[in-house]
Order: sequence, then structure tokens, then C-alpha cells
Amino acid sequence: MSLWPELELVLPEVSKPARYIGGEGGMATPEHHPSKVAWLLAYPDTYEIGLPNQGLQILYEILNERDDSVAERAYAPWVDMEAEMRAGGLPLFSVDTHRRAGDFDVLAFNLSAELVYTNLLNCIDLAGAPVRAEHRADDDLLIGAGGHCTYNPEPLADFVDFFVLGDGEEVVSEITEAVWDWKRSGKKSRQSVLRALAAIEGVYVPSLYDVAYDGPALVSITPRYADVPAVVEKRTVADLAAWPYPKQQLVPLTEVVHDRLNVEVFRGCTRGCRFCQAGMITRPVRERPAEQVRTMVADGLARSGYDEVALTSLSTADFSGIEEVVSATMDCGAGEVSVSLPSLRVDAFTVGLAAQIQRARRTGLTFAPEAGSWRMRQVINKLIDERDLYGAVESAFSQGWRRMKLYFLTGLPTETDVDTLAIGELARNCVELGRAHTKNPSVTVSLGGFVPKPFTPFQWFGQNTVSELQRKVFLLRDDIKRNRGVQMKWHDPKASLVEGIASRGDRRIGRVIEEVWRQGGTFQEWSEHFDYDRWTQAMAKHGLSVDWYVHRHRTEDEVLPWDHISAGLHKDFLWQDWRDALNEVGLEDCRWTPCYDCGACTGYSIEHIVASAVPPAGGSQGTGQVPTGYQPPEEVSVQLSGIGARSST
Amino acid sequence: MNPNQAPRTRIRLRYGKSGRIRFTSHRDVARIWERSLRRTGLPVAQTEGFSPRAKLHFGLALATGYESDAEYLDVDFKCGEMAVEEVLKSLVDVLPDGIEATGGAVLAPGAMSLQQAVTICDWDIELLDVAAGDLAQWVDQVLGAATLMVTRERKGQKITDDLAPQVRALEVGEPTSRGVRLLATLGTQPRAARPSELLAAQEPVHRPVLIRRTRQWIEQDGARLEPLMVGAAPVQHTLVGVQ
Repeated sequence: MSLWPELELVLPEVSKPARYIGGEGGMATPEHHPSKVAWLLAYPDTYEIGLPNQGLQILYEILNERDDSVAERAYAPWVDMEAEMRAGGLPLFSVDTHRRAGDFDVLAFNLSAELVYTNLLNCIDLAGAPVRAEHRADDDLLIGAGGHCTYNPEPLADFVDFFVLGDGEEVVSEITEAVWDWKRSGKKSRQSVLRALAAIEGVYVPSLYDVAYDGPALVSITPRYADVPAVVEKRTVADLAAWPYPKQQLVPLTEVVHDRLNVEVFRGCTRGCRFCQAGMITRPVRERPAEQVRTMVADGLARSGYDEVALTSLSTADFSGIEEVVSATMDCGAGEVSVSLPSLRVDAFTVGLAAQIQRARRTGLTFAPEAGSWRMRQVINKLIDERDLYGAVESAFSQGWRRMKLYFLTGLPTETDVDTLAIGELARNCVELGRAHTKNPSVTVSLGGFVPKPFTPFQWFGQNTVSELQRKVFLLRDDIKRNRGVQMKWHDPKASLVEGIASRGDRRIGRVIEEVWRQGGTFQEWSEHFDYDRWTQAMAKHGLSVDWYVHRHRTEDEVLPWDHISAGLHKDFLWQDWRDALNEVGLEDCRWTPCYDCGACTGYSIEHIVASAVPPAGGSQGTGQVPTGYQPPEEVSVQLSGIGARSST
Repeated sequence: MNPNQAPRTRIRLRYGKSGRIRFTSHRDVARIWERSLRRTGLPVAQTEGFSPRAKLHFGLALATGYESDAEYLDVDFKCGEMAVEEVLKSLVDVLPDGIEATGGAVLAPGAMSLQQAVTICDWDIELLDVAAGDLAQWVDQVLGAATLMVTRERKGQKITDDLAPQVRALEVGEPTSRGVRLLATLGTQPRAARPSELLAAQEPVHRPVLIRRTRQWIEQDGARLEPLMVGAAPVQHTLVGVQ
């Protein structure tokens, strides 16, 4: 059953062979049985990027706890390993017991980024299943996908049998039961299991929908059968306290990104940053009880041996009583424990917190103001005050940090060169602040090209062209070139364009993804493998216009490829927020202020679970006043993360 | 307190590495040891500075993919006395499958570091693509050669040196279930000769399926000492299910 005897002959020939050995602390060694549904949970990127994924680990544990299912894991083999596998006739395999993918019932992917789409096709092919869903036989592997990218499933609709929208904790069991019915019947009818899956709330089966076009325009996506829902709603776990997972976070034998204990302290965010898809699709805010956080941290440290904990969520400083939790975290465990807060508002980054966090080990600092000018930050609803950023930077330098990173987006709606150049001004001012504390302060500006995402107010916005993004990048680069202490890094605008094709593409984009994959275009999120020309040529070959898909502003009445998917958000709420953005009007955080009915709570009869009725104090928010009516909230975001814990791509 | 005056006990541990974990790197193994020792809760000494780490001193690196019965590391504990038995016992449940601590000894103050002290290693090399008779002939050729020039790349530069003085013993061993076995003793000073270099030094070049370090030795006054023997009162640890 195990492919290990063959694999161990191949592994000496490939780079980083530890990617393929499994053996992590917390690994399951499940017993497969004909009466159990076997899931192969796959992350379509390298092991070191995929292993830490918490969503995959949560489902892995839940499925292995059930007595009617087993789960193992697979990751995309690197190009050298793929070549060995294809030469030796070895299929995609699990790292847990090195079982061939074809021995499982379901191959399910976590999709966190669009540029991995060709890897998904490659993994299906390596698993031995036909790449296109329509070519699969009744008993072939069922191909599933979940994760944030599935909120626009259409570009992968031709390749994936079923998509799962939203939180997976509950729905994964319902899917298991439907798959078991199919397995029990000898996998005789694929159509019957697909129909059963489509009946589960949160599951979208694209082959059961007809798509109509009028020239380039999408006209409709409609179900073929009466019992298939016209709109598929996302799943939301009402109470995070009921799901204290992962209980046994995997501890890898080899180095991975985010190589530390990760404890999710809340899910969802209502800060309302208009560029942020994660904040829109994960609503409402659901906090984990502080006591449960402490228990998970203490247990996790004891069993893993890690000396670093990340408290994860979006904008972690919004967690009620964050300072007490950080303080308690640092004091647990036998030795020194360092805490990273991958996402933290700067107005809460006080001298005290800075001092505490660097007690054990000074981690890297990333502040994310996102835009350089106050006007631009009003447009994107990231209403931070420069004084808060400077306050946070001052705190960090005064506590001994010498370098930090500032993250910005360019190509935002209504952006002018004044906004772009304001980024340089902020960076220069931060370096000046540092000079009071250290001889060689260093600030790195990291600039990403903005890609509009589905279910955000910016979903109607025409993305900047490659040349426009490139021009802005160079404009800023030239502006800060002569400033000692300011460095700049930027994301390849060509990669942003391809991300744009996949983010808001419709079902026709599937042909382009398949074409790029067939030409060998895997690992497109890795700069050394990214091939821009393959993408643009594939678009041209299939008669699809990059301009139409990426750079065109959408209109209010246009049918969007994800209109048959629902994240709970009302489309008219998003449209109004888009108009407000263009008028530079902000929107406050509804977890502490009255509901404006975006739809995420009301539609599903759920509510925010937030322990504190008021926003955290700190920085210019220190008045503790909850704003009534709109006034510019003075806050900023900060990210803290371990150096080396970020993907190099 | 001045850390130089704080009480310290240095313990040398011997461990094995086998099975799938052999594909982890030397650096991976160092991280595994750091995490495992933290899990024991034993008072391991830490380095000073902004980024404190456990004070661990590793011996010769083992190439990724090789197995071993004889890896060593020295661990500093921040206490005047530490029982080797206790250390070995607390490691049983925290080390991952494939890494087993099999012995230890308290080091005398001033003992030489592993990298300096160890002079030779014994290797067990499994080959599939050659018959025992042909291998015996190959061994004779290697042992008879005046020089064995090997070229390696280091920091982008090609370096050629002679492996012959490093080949201290070489013979064909008992066959394995799937192939033949070559037993080699290779020198480690001034740099450790690798079994892969030995295999490439003489035509025909053989491709190994498994390479296992079986022993490391410190040569002292004509005698060979196991690295634990330079400490006081070595403790051999018998573990259930090892090998």
C-alpha cells in the first residue's frame, strides 16, 4: 500500500527531500477501511508553504476524529520531484502513510491564492484523475476545494467537482456522509453524489449549472434542476468556542513558514477596509473566549516545544483584552516565549506592548498603513492617522528595534501621483524618528499592486494596467532613491495582472488556466517559474481580452461571475460602499456601533461574539469614545511577524 | 550573575537517526533537538542576547539522507549537577520517531569539542547495482591507488584534493536483503571525507541506496575511543524498539 520503498530511492535525487517524508508531531496514522470515507487534503503549493495552513489542519483533525472518515495530507511536489515522479510512474501521494492519491475517495484542495490554480490541475493529473470534471468516470476521485478563493469558483469550475464556501468545521461532516452513501453503493453513480452534495448548504457543484453569455458579457448562471440552489450561501460557524482546533498542531521536522504555534483568537473582521476580501467574507466577528485562548497556548507550547506563539486573526489588537492575553502568553511555558501578532493596529502598539513583546525575542515589525495619504485612506476606509503610525514607530525604535517594514498598496481607486508620493514622505518621516534612537534606522517600503476581489466594494473597479502599476512603482522608487535608510521592494505588476485574471474571471478562464498548465506553467506564484507571456498568449489564443477581464470598470447592473454565490453581504450594501469610497466617505466598525445591515449577520441569524462593548484603548483612540455618527477614527494597522516567517515569494 | 561563573554541566549525548527522518538536514535536526529539549523541561542553558537559544554543540554534520547509529551533541545545563540517566529518560517520549538517544556522559571541563576531537568514522554503505565479486575488485583498486583525486565545489570554486590518505579501511561486508554492503573507515580531519566522495573516486561509480554512519572515533595515543568515553562514567541507554 505504501509507496515509501519506491519514494526512498527517489528522494536522494531531489532538493529538500524532507518535504515528502511526513512524520510531523501530531501526525495521524489513520486506519483506512472500506467503511470509512478517505480524504486526501491537499495544499497546491510546496510543503513549507502549505504545512502551516490552519484550515487544512483543522479539517484533518476533525475528519480523523470521526469514526466514519480518515484524512491524510498532500502538497504540490516541487518541479524536480514531479519530474522524478513522472519518470518513475509515481502518483501524487500522502505524506502521512505515503498512500497513492487514487486510494482515497476525495481529493480536496485548500485555495488561498489564485496563482496556484495551475498547481491544482497538476495535482489532479498526478493523482491519476482526468483534469476536467466532465471526463471523470463514476468511481474516479471526487475533487473538492475550499478556502477564500472559492468565493469566485468559476475559473476552476471545469476542474473541481464541488466547492465549499465559508467555515469548514461543520460542513465537512455533512459532505462525508454524502460521500459515504456514494461509496457504500459501489460508487456507481457520480451524478447522484454530486446532486447530494449540491443539496448541502455551503456546497457548490458547478457542473449542475448552465452558463449563458451574450458576446463577452455573462448573462446568467442558473441551476439545471429544481432542487439545486440558485444561490449558494456560505457556511459560518456561530461560536468559535465550540471548535478549539487544531488541538494538536502539526510540528514539522523541517523548516516551514510560520514555524511556530498558531492560535486563532477570533474569526471575522468588521473594520471594513474596502480592498480586503478576507474582512468582507468572514463576517461576523467571533471571538474565542480568553480562557480558551490561554489553555490552547499553554497546551500547545507544552506539546510542541515551540518558543514562539502567534495569536492569529485579522487585526488582532481588536481582541477584547488583548494585552492581558499577550501578557499571560508570555508567562506560560517553561522558558522564554515570544509572541507575534501577525496583524495588529498601531494605535495599540504602545511602548508597553513593544517592551513586552521584545522581552523574549525581537520579532520583525511590519506596519500596514496601506496608503500614503489621508485622502487615499478614506477611500479604502483604512482610517489611520499619521500620528498613530509615528507613535507606533517611535515606540518600536525606543524599545530597540532598528528596522521595520511598511506595507502599501498602489493602483487603488482614485489614486493620483500625490497619493503615491505620500508613501515616500511617510517612510522618510519614520526613518527620521528612528535617528533619535539608533544610528542606522532602516525602513523598508513594500509595495503591492492592488487586485480587486469579489465580495468587496472594489469588485467593480478596473484594475490598473501593468504599465501604470510599473510607472507608479518607479515613480516612488525614484522619489526615495536618495533617502538613506529607506529601501523599497515591490510585487511584480505582471503577477498582479495574472492574479486579476483569475480573481474576477468567469468560467471561460478555465481554458486559459488549463493551457498554461499544459505548457508546464506550474508554481506561478514563485518568481523563478512565473511566466507572464504564457498567460497573455493563452488569453489571446482563446479569444479572451485581458482588458475586458481585468482593466474594465464594471457597472451596477452587470451580472458578476459570483452572483450565484453568497457571502451574506447584500450587493446593494457593497455598491453603496463603493459609491461612498469614491466620495471619500468612511464607515465605522459595526461591532461597537449600530448595525448597518451588510447582511452577514442578519441573513444567517447570527451575531458578533465580542467580549468588550467598546474598542480597545490606545493611541488616539485612547479617549475610549465610541464615535457617534461618522468622524475620522484615528487608527492604523500594524503587523508583527517573525523574521523569516514570511514567504519569500 | 555573571554567566561565566554560573554553574554549568555539559553532557554529551549519542543518538541514532534512521527511517524516513534521515531525509531531514543537519539544520533540521538541530531544530528538532531544541524543541525536544524544551519539551523535557530540563534546565538547558541559553545563549545571551536578543535572540536567546539553547546552548547546544553539534558534532560532525551528517549528510541529508544518511542514517546513523552514532551522532553526538553536547548540551549545556544551567546547574552544577545533572544526571545523565534523567536526561536520557526524559528524552524518550519527546524525540520524534527515528531519532533515539542511546547514551550519554558528563564531560570533564575543558573537553575538546566534537568537531575537533573526532578523527575517523565507520560507514556502512548499501549498494544495489553491483555484484559482491566486482565490488571486491573495486575495493582492491581503491586501496591500491596511490592517489584518489576528488573535485568538489566550495563557494563557487572547484577544489581538488587527494582522498587516499583519508581511506583508513575498506572492505566488502555481509550482503543485505537487497544488495551488497561496503564497509569503510574514513578520516574527518582536516575535513570529513564523505562516503559519496569515496564512491565517486574510482570507476565504476556506484550509486548507494543507503549510507549509515555506524561509529565515530577519537584517536588518542594509538587507541580508539568512542566520544562518550572521554567523559566521566558514560551511561549506555537501552531502549525498547530501537533499530
